[in-house]
This record gives sequence, C-alpha cells and structure tokens, in this order.
Amino acid sequence: MPTEMIHAEKLIYEYDKRDEEGNIIGAERAIDGVNIDVPQGSFVAILGHNGSGKSTLAKHMNAILVPTGGTMWVDGRDTKDPDELWNVRQTAGMVFQNPDNQIIGTVVEEDVGFGPENLGVPTDEIWQRVEESLKAVGMLDRRKDSPNKLSGGQKQRVAIAGVLAMEPKCIVLDEPTAMLDPNGRKEVIRAVEELRRKKNVTVILITHYMEEVIDADKVFVMDGGHIVMHGTPREIFSRVDELKSYRMDVPQVTMLAEALRKQGLDIPRGILRRDELVEALCRLR
Amino acid sequence: MIRDITIGQYYPAESRIHRLDPRVKIVCTLLFLVSLFIQNSLLGYVIATLFLGTVIRLSKVPLKYIVKGLKPIVILLLFTVVMNLFLTQSGETLVHFWIFTITEGGLRTSVFMAIRLMYLVAGSSIMTFTTSPNGLTDGMEKLLHPLNRLNVPVHEVAMMMSIALRFIPILLEETDKIMKAQQARGADFESGNIIQRAKAMVPILVPLFVSAFRRANDLAMAMESRCYHGGDGRTKMKPLRYKSRDRAAYILTLIYIVVIFVVGRFVPFKLWIF
Repeated sequence: MPTEMIHAEKLIYEYDKRDEEGNIIGAERAIDGVNIDVPQGSFVAILGHNGSGKSTLAKHMNAILVPTGGTMWVDGRDTKDPDELWNVRQTAGMVFQNPDNQIIGTVVEEDVGFGPENLGVPTDEIWQRVEESLKAVGMLDRRKDSPNKLSGGQKQRVAIAGVLAMEPKCIVLDEPTAMLDPNGRKEVIRAVEELRRKKNVTVILITHYMEEVIDADKVFVMDGGHIVMHGTPREIFSRVDELKSYRMDVPQVTMLAEALRKQGLDIPRGILRRDELVEALCRLR
Repeated sequence: MIRDITIGQYYPAESRIHRLDPRVKIVCTLLFLVSLFIQNSLLGYVIATLFLGTVIRLSKVPLKYIVKGLKPIVILLLFTVVMNLFLTQSGETLVHFWIFTITEGGLRTSVFMAIRLMYLVAGSSIMTFTTSPNGLTDGMEKLLHPLNRLNVPVHEVAMMMSIALRFIPILLEETDKIMKAQQARGADFESGNIIQRAKAMVPILVPLFVSAFRRANDLAMAMESRCYHGGDGRTKMKPLRYKSRDRAAYILTLIYIVVIFVVGRFVPFKLWIF
C-alpha cells in the first residue's frame, strides 16, 4: 500500500467514441499510462493544454471517475473500492472551474456547511468548521450574503472554504482560475498559498496559467493523455522549446531570458521572476 | 440588477412572526384557512379579523403589500360576489327589478364569501411574506417527513426546490445575455403577433436549455464530490427546533380555532347587521 497522498500507477481512462447517431465506433484514451506521486503536504501543479487529460486525471483523485486500467490510490485507499468512496472524497476535496455551478447553498455559510452536513457532522461542530473555513479564505464578513452577489474570485474562495470545512488532507483544484479576471485569479491563488502555509494540506493545482505554478514543489506537464515532463518549476521552465511544442505559454520573463540567452548573453536557464532576470542582467557587467 | 431580485414575495424584517419556526407558520396558516370555513356568523368573522389583524400587525409587513397581493383575485372576487348576490334566493326580498332579485340571504352569502376569499389570500400571503423560500422548503421537508415511509422522496424534492431557487437568478441573467446576443445579430422579439413572437423565443430557449443541462451536470458532480448521498445520515447546519415562542404560537392558534368553532356551532343567535 503506497504511503503517498496521491499515487497513480499505469493509470488508463478510456471513454467510448460515438458517431453522430450515437453508435460506439471505438474507444478514446483520455489518460494513457500515467504514473504520478504526490507526497503528503506538498504543492504539485499539473499543466497542460486543452484536451491534454489534466482534468480527467483530477477527477480520478476524487473518485468521480474510476480508472479503466491501472490503479489510483488516495491516502492509501484504492478509488475503485466502492466501500472507500466517501472516505476518498472526504480526503481529497475538489474545487471546480465554474464558480456558479459548484455553489449549492443560497447563503454563503449554508454552502460551506453543505459538505459537513453530508458527512453527518454534529450541528455545533458544523458552525465551528464553517467559521474557521470562511476565516481561512478571508470571507467571514460575507457569510450571510447570497452567493449571487459575490464576484467570481470571491465565489471560488467560498468554494475552497466549502471543501476546507470537510477537513480534507488534500485539495485538488481543477482550473479554479480559468473563468476569472486577473484580479480574481490573484485572489484565489493567494488564498491557496495561505492555506498551504497555515493548514499544511496537500495542494494539487491544475491549470494552464504557468505563472501560477512558480511556487510549486513539483510540476507535471501533460499532453495527449501522457505525462511528458516533470520536475521542479525551474527545471521545467528551462526547457522553453519543449514546452512550446506542447502548446504551453511560457511566462514572458522566461521567454525573454531564453531569447537573450540564445543571443549569447550569459543568463542562467529557467528564470521565473522578473527580479531574477533583473539580477541576472545586472550581473552581466 | 437582475441578480438582486427576490424570489417569491419574502419581505425581510425583524418581527415576532418572522422569527417563528417555518413549520409553525405553515401549520397555523392551514388552521386559519380551515377556520374560515367552519363558521359563518358575523361574530366569527369579527374574531377572524381580529386574529388576522393582530398577525399582520406583529409581522411588520405593511398593509399595502397585503392589499397588493389581493389584486390577482379581484376578478374572481367580483364574479363570486355577483353570482352569489343574484343566484342565492333565501329570506326576505330586498330589491326586485326586472328579472333580478336580491334577497337578504344572497347579500349575506356574497359578502361573507368575499371576506372569506380575501382572508384566504391574505392569510397565506402573510406566511410567504414572513418566511424565506429556504425556510419554507425546510419546513415542508420536516413536516412531510412521515411520507418517507410511503416512499415519497421528501428530502430529494426539498433539495430540488432549494437548488431551483438558487439557480433562478442565474438562469434569468443567462436569458438576458442570450437575448442580447441574439438581438445583436438582428433577432426581433418585439414585433409581430403572438405566434410570431412565440416563434422568436425558440432561439433563446434552445441555448438556455443546453446551458441549464450543462450546469445541472456540473452541479451534480460538485455535490457528489462533496459527499452528497441523499438524506440518509445527513445532519443539519440549521436544524429546525421548536422554541417556547413556537409553542406559544401553536397554543394561541388552537385557542383561536376552538373559540371560532364554538362560536360557529353553539352561539345560538346569528348577529346580523341589516
């Protein structure tokens, strides 16, 4: 039994391909032989272009999808085991892309309480958990409001609080910022970082914005259902050409540094932040 | 802003009636409606008026809101009054001209019928004015819980109702967006006869339905991922618990019902103003 938080071995997921009349004409592999390890307490990012299989992989971590082949373990539990289903879902909470479609309650605090209610937590403890979770994402002052009055970033923070109230060991965020404006995006990423620092939960962030993964412990890049690259952000971003071949947008700073390096300037590979580039340039003279 | 609209006709305020348990309000409203039909004397109506008046006063809902709520039944009201006035023939004849005869009994029935209908609507609207849609759903769920034994999915229906309430403003906004998108491409929703206008709605409804299904799919997934598995083994964040004020409300309503029943049945004289 694996001891890591998330451990996948030769994971395969196939779905039926259908023609226009709905007849099955074959099987499509969304995930093809993926091996992945996420240690307890780490921050792991999964990058990939549309259709790379990253969201499908995320849904396996929460047992929304069950693998066609191979095995997925979440905190030592096989997601294929129906007896473990609710334990798996409680261990690995999930935040989805669309902020409107994942809020169930008509009042912020009721939505956060939805998960604990389902788990059968006693009423007093639900209130305590709701308050703590809302505080952790900085939404405590909006607890009595209708979710319809919140901005996209605030809704996502409420969704994160809703997952947090279930006291998961791991949070899987499936493109939580894809539908947000730049401000909302920052807000959500800041909330996730805060959580990691304070609550020591394992975070798995699925995204196609490379700027968001700079602080990750490990980055996986997916393409066509395979994991094609993995390593620390610095290692990944130093392979600019390879990233581009997987249709990923490399951060501007990294691109500029790479272009300068190719022109013969002595700049190290894998520059991630603006100040790093500034420093590297200043050191040239 | 379309997102700020209130569903139903909840009138938010801090009052004794607002604070009551939704179950109390549902049950007492039903009792009040029944009380209107078990008596038919002037004294009975006076008591009912006093009861309704006190409740309205306590609820802090402006009377004008309740009167506005009577508007939809004006035609029904007029129809009932006219019918009763000319068709009920009993007691002394008051007016007689051509083929119309108004009798004492007819006048009496039509007036009482009108009062009954008005109180019926006012009584139930005071419930919807003072209880949030969610409170109503919760109250219904708890009250109808015994039906579970008859395999009626009470919890599921209540859950559906509260989700529908949450998505009404979102879908309204979406409709607005789709309409604007279609108008920008030259769609015309305002001109033509009723059939043409109904046909023009099709390009709005189709994308609206598609998106509603997509949302439903997403929401189901989000609910499952948060361990939703029906009503079994579920606890409540805001459980309904009877407090002393709820018991008091029950007792007062029961006293009212008994009084009105006794008045309707056993008080021998029928007070009559005309």
